[in-house]
Amino acid sequence: MKKYTYSEKKDTRSGFGAGLHEAGKKNDNVVALCADLVGSLKMDAFIKDFPERFTQVGIAEANMIGIAAGMTIGGKIPFTGTFANFSTGRVYDQIRQSVAYSNKNVKICASHAGLTLGEDGATHQILEDIGLMKMLPGMVVINPCDYNQTKAATLAIAEYEGPVYLRFGRPVIPVFTDPDQKFEIGKAWMVNEGTDVTIIATGHMVWKAIEAGEKLAELGIDAEIINIHTIKPLDDEAILASVRKTGCVVTCEEHNKFGGLGESVARLLTTTLPTPQEFVAVNDSFGESGTPDQLMTKYGLDAINIVEAVQKVIERKKA
Amino acid sequence: MKHTIKELEDIASQIRRDIVRMVHGCQSGHPGGSLGCTDFFTALYFEVLNHNKEFNMDGAGEDLFFLSNGHISPVWYSTLAHAGYFDKSELATFRKLESRLQGHPTTHEGLPGIRIASGSLGQGMSVAIGAALTKRINGDKSYVFTLHGDGELQEGQNWEAAMFAPFHKVDHLICTVDYNGQQIDGPTDKVLSLDSLQAKFEAFGWHVINTDGNDMKAIVEGLHYAKTLTGKGKPILNLMSTQMGAGVDYMMGSHKWHGTAPNDEQLATALAQLPETLGDY
Repeated sequence: MKKYTYSEKKDTRSGFGAGLHEAGKKNDNVVALCADLVGSLKMDAFIKDFPERFTQVGIAEANMIGIAAGMTIGGKIPFTGTFANFSTGRVYDQIRQSVAYSNKNVKICASHAGLTLGEDGATHQILEDIGLMKMLPGMVVINPCDYNQTKAATLAIAEYEGPVYLRFGRPVIPVFTDPDQKFEIGKAWMVNEGTDVTIIATGHMVWKAIEAGEKLAELGIDAEIINIHTIKPLDDEAILASVRKTGCVVTCEEHNKFGGLGESVARLLTTTLPTPQEFVAVNDSFGESGTPDQLMTKYGLDAINIVEAVQKVIERKKA
Repeated sequence: MKHTIKELEDIASQIRRDIVRMVHGCQSGHPGGSLGCTDFFTALYFEVLNHNKEFNMDGAGEDLFFLSNGHISPVWYSTLAHAGYFDKSELATFRKLESRLQGHPTTHEGLPGIRIASGSLGQGMSVAIGAALTKRINGDKSYVFTLHGDGELQEGQNWEAAMFAPFHKVDHLICTVDYNGQQIDGPTDKVLSLDSLQAKFEAFGWHVINTDGNDMKAIVEGLHYAKTLTGKGKPILNLMSTQMGAGVDYMMGSHKWHGTAPNDEQLATALAQLPETLGDY
């Protein structure tokens, strides 16, 4: 098991803020919109340096999506920012018609995704957003794993032409990827090569998968770990190559097991290379109030849950 | 004036013929609102709008138009064809398989002249504001025009947009409401009253004007007047009174023809009332 360490913990949303600021410096056409959550989305640096390219929309998310779509006409690259719940479910029809169907170059950037929003509870958490967004034809769906990768993803989507959903979280988590990494949309990142099982993780769950990989190594299980930061388009080739080698797979996501990364992987495998699979995901439930750590434990998203899922799927492979 | 009022009325008559034939041809679509807004579309595209039929999505330096109530697509398609965006013969494909003329307008099929999909109601004002903001950032002084149904204003997103535009001084924006008082289930007063749209928009900070939407001279003058009001910190709302089904007697004055296609006999009756002026497609 390759050794990963970290010197600090940072939130992925700050990676977004830093990436947005840098994208703004690189390209005058980058504009930002926010629905009364500037601090939460870490947009301050962008607003300070480019006030004329920022629009405060107020608590009116539907209007924000429409304005963003309109701003693409004339060449702007709008980044919208609010919580993941209000970035997706609340404005699904606006995104569907004015952004996705109209193929507008809007970047829907969503903070506070998943359970790790914590104490605010289920109204503000969302565990369905990956599903909602990946079902839209033409929508790219990205869920990066740490501060550095979120920053790199933000820069990459500014250069990509077309609608994108970028999902990130609230809590501080280990920073373990290269600050100068090249982020390639749709290209999986091999975290650890192994032979016994493929662990496919996305977002905050990648670090949990690394922790699980270390525990598995102690148990004599050699896990291959893949970071799928881009859920759509899925890197079919990387997943198939790994599963051909290991013969079983565990998917890990801070999302409902219905509609997320796990289902995308299952669709790929069932039509190409039927393979035993286990899902580490929320079991079709809303969340609740609690600390992020408490919630990850209660809803079965800890490293130990990944270890258990791996043991289970290896048994199924042998059967 | 690029055209005389008579010439514009002749164009409108041909567009009305196209509308009833298109809807009849596929036995589907929305003739009532399309006929009611024909004079507006004619005035806009042939007299008021500074536009380029060599279509470019960005529309830099051009006036832009957004149709929010996308179901009146027949009038827009016919207008665009007569304005030279695509060949009139394509109107025959309206709502048929593999057509660029989808039931509701879209960019998906790449029809020149259309910059965003509409059909799911209430989104057009936000989009127009966005396009106007981009023009402002780009130092482009041209105008952004929209059209909305009155029933459509029951959608809450409009009021988010209505609040935004004056606050942010989006003042090269001229929104027109097709004020015909009808929607699918009946008169707006019975379904969900709009009460005084003038008072509502003025309370939000708009400059509101009233025009007669089935009088060509009044529409042209109204839109030119609206332009003189721009650039003063306020968006402009043009409350345009129209008659649903205008030009075809049996379709007027009722919501019945909102989304109903005429049969062969009804088509003949309608065409008898609408002189052919530029040639049928």
